[in-house]
Amino acid sequence: MMMTLNINGETHNVDVDPKTPLLWVIREQIGLVGTKFGCGIAQCGACTVHLNGAAIRSCVTPVQAADKQQVTTIEGIAGKADALHPVQQAWIDEQIPQCGYCQSGQIMSATALLAENPSPSGEDIDRAMSGNVCRCGTYGRIRKGIERAAIVMAYEACCEEDTSNG
Amino acid sequence: MGKWTRRAFITTGLLAGGTLVIGVAIRPGNRPEKVARLVANDGETVLNIWLKIDANNVVTAIVPHAEMGQGVHTTLAMMLADEMDADWSQVRMMEAPAHKEYANYALARGYTLGDADFPAFLIDTVDGIFLTATKQMNLQITGGSTSVATTGMIGMRVAGAAAKAILLESAAATWQVPARQLRARNSHIFHDASDRSAPFSEFAPAAANIDAPAKPRLKSTSEFTIMGTSPQKLDIPAKVDGSAKFGIDAVLPGMKYAAVKASPVFGETIKSIDPASIEDLPGVRKVVNLGDAAVVIADGYWQAQQALNRLEIEFTATGNEKVEQSAIFQQFAKAMDDATEKKNHTRDFETGNTETAMAESSHFVEAEYKVPYLAHATMEPMNCTAWVHDDQCELWLGTQNPLGFAGEVAEAMQMDQENVIVHNQYLGGGFGRRAFADFAIQAGRIAAQVPYPVKLIWSREEDMRHDHYRQANISRFKASLDSSGKPTAWVNQFVDKHDPVEAPYIPYGIDNQLIHFADSETHVPWGFWRSVDHSLHAFFTESFADELAHAAGKDAYEFRRELLADNTQFRDVLDLAAEKSDWYAPLPENWGRGIAIHKSFGTVVAQVVEVEVTEGAVRAHRVTCTVDCGFAMHPDGLKSQMESGIIYGLTAALYSDISIRRGAVVQSNFHDYPMLRMDESPQIETYIINGGGRVGGAGEPGTPAIAPALANAIFNATGQRIRELPIKHHDFNRGDPGAKDVA
Repeated sequence: MMMTLNINGETHNVDVDPKTPLLWVIREQIGLVGTKFGCGIAQCGACTVHLNGAAIRSCVTPVQAADKQQVTTIEGIAGKADALHPVQQAWIDEQIPQCGYCQSGQIMSATALLAENPSPSGEDIDRAMSGNVCRCGTYGRIRKGIERAAIVMAYEACCEEDTSNG
Repeated sequence: MGKWTRRAFITTGLLAGGTLVIGVAIRPGNRPEKVARLVANDGETVLNIWLKIDANNVVTAIVPHAEMGQGVHTTLAMMLADEMDADWSQVRMMEAPAHKEYANYALARGYTLGDADFPAFLIDTVDGIFLTATKQMNLQITGGSTSVATTGMIGMRVAGAAAKAILLESAAATWQVPARQLRARNSHIFHDASDRSAPFSEFAPAAANIDAPAKPRLKSTSEFTIMGTSPQKLDIPAKVDGSAKFGIDAVLPGMKYAAVKASPVFGETIKSIDPASIEDLPGVRKVVNLGDAAVVIADGYWQAQQALNRLEIEFTATGNEKVEQSAIFQQFAKAMDDATEKKNHTRDFETGNTETAMAESSHFVEAEYKVPYLAHATMEPMNCTAWVHDDQCELWLGTQNPLGFAGEVAEAMQMDQENVIVHNQYLGGGFGRRAFADFAIQAGRIAAQVPYPVKLIWSREEDMRHDHYRQANISRFKASLDSSGKPTAWVNQFVDKHDPVEAPYIPYGIDNQLIHFADSETHVPWGFWRSVDHSLHAFFTESFADELAHAAGKDAYEFRRELLADNTQFRDVLDLAAEKSDWYAPLPENWGRGIAIHKSFGTVVAQVVEVEVTEGAVRAHRVTCTVDCGFAMHPDGLKSQMESGIIYGLTAALYSDISIRRGAVVQSNFHDYPMLRMDESPQIETYIINGGGRVGGAGEPGTPAIAPALANAIFNATGQRIRELPIKHHDFNRGDPGAKDVA
């Protein structure tokens, strides 16, 4: 079945079984391999992408659910090439990734959280991030990374406002 | 040629494309076939090359270890760069190619034996001994927490220092000044008297013709400028934007995808499969029978897996299908009983006379502990992309053992090892699992049957059910105490010993000890699991030490401290843990504090856990960790590894249980082999002691102590002693002191 996917702002026409999980279409048809396969049953979060801005598990989302919708992957989260999302920068500043395999999914969950809730409490962070498993145990640093990114994003929002006012 | 010197070992190498390559060579000459298969080309001089400089003065450290999150690429590059006095901002790293010239065997031999010369007739023997020793020390692979302690301390540092020495010598010749008037700093050489300076790269071509010194001077700790600091890790930027390439990310032109199903019961083979039942499904290209596993190749992975799920496969029973988990534990218990009865146990460690000591005591403590099989559950399931073409087999994957994999795949496919080319990628977790080549061999054998490249991906279920498991085990203890509560004898018996040998040994000053074991093989494949035998024995010994403290009526920390009177390193680490954890501070109701200390891979770690047990739910709130690995090369990296080891061990202690039913693994995915998640993750504080002893490891030593520290904390909170893992099987609502039957 022919479908139209908008991934990171680019339109892709794909002809696949509509039941195919979005994960495999992103990785194999589109060729964006930053989104990872971990469990196939929405238990680990490695495959997390945004569908119209919300974090979803692409390993259990049929591609037809994304037809004519906006999908964002780790490769597109910064918004432009050679730039980093504040969450990505916080991940470097806090030296979070170890093996790194789960981190695309962690970052996609964290960016979705901060988009919806710019100043999350500890409990908010726990709730939003507990679908993402990290076997290297970087949870403590991820918490700090989200808190740092929230501050940076609040500052940026404030400064942009100041600029427009001035 | 029989002469073998360290001078021949570190030698300047080739000059190619404007790049000076400073190499570390091993002797020419004949070697036993087994050694040659791994490291040598028919007795030719083999270069082990760890460092290069380009015309732009960029120094590249060539690191012979796999990166799986432990930060080894960064840390080893730092060690080399520091000794060289290189400008860290101009240092890059690359992983050494999976070529036998990079076998780390050479390092172990060369640097351990130093300048030793051997008569020709002895050289093969010496090589053979070193090959064996190297295997035992895991030096061919990334594992055993050895990278910094061996490759770093005796390889990278020497290579960096040797490079600096010949660059200085080259500069001295160019400038016609004595070398002792020169100094190196930030990748430049300076002659202060004449106010001259120039980059390393200017002297590199001429330096390539100079023999490296046999024993370059290494810096003392006070001279370090990079070692002991925490620069950002080199691999992290690529791990935040999706560009880091893991094994599963390999893409080749015309590549197809494969899914595999091996017999759920270990050891069975395929009796029959019915390819016709799925050949018409969309995308399916081919069904392959590997003898012990069925494979479907399709245009996409999902198509392959869906088709495989529908493939009818019959396996030939072997008797293994009758094995149950409860029977395995009964088998262990019987092996231990028999060994005791027939007095034929294998003595592991013995000091003093436990029988005499026990005869003089009237206060005894006995306990039996039990731990389950464990899976690694790396985030990236096993996978390998293989392409067989032009008499070669190329493999793209993440492996802790590139050379070993090439050898094993070559053997399985009856090819020459030179024709098996391993392209190692980032590892999405290793923990010991990626030291086993089973999945790479499968990929090679599958690819041999088709003209295109194939990416084999194991489903999570396949990954969990065909792991190489941390052994299940039973450990029995009996100790005697004198009237003051001091232990006088310690007797410990367990089954199924692997390594490291010292894992069950205790640091405590107990005069009479007997540690012994019985063998009891099962059909469940064994594998290295983060910290290997330490992962179980630390739980056993540190839980039992806690029981002795309780029996002696003493504080758990003070009891240990008294028994460590002669061991200042342990005592310092223990004291700091008690201090930083506020050991004596009161806790809320239903909270408890537990302590454990254990040395593994040369590193002493103590941990204190604060736990809350409320309404049957166990929640670790805080972990205080103190660590002495001699010298922390990258302190933040060491902290990361402690945090990682703690979460890995905590997950296992609380939840992990691989059990066998009808010969097969019951668990299949994260719903029934659950992981610790962020909402259950404790606050972790790590404190480093640079004790100055021999440098130890970092990747594994954080794991062993956490299970006993947690179990001891639960005892402190509830009065219930945890003698069986995982903790999820215990019911804290009923005040039941024993474990539930988990089989």
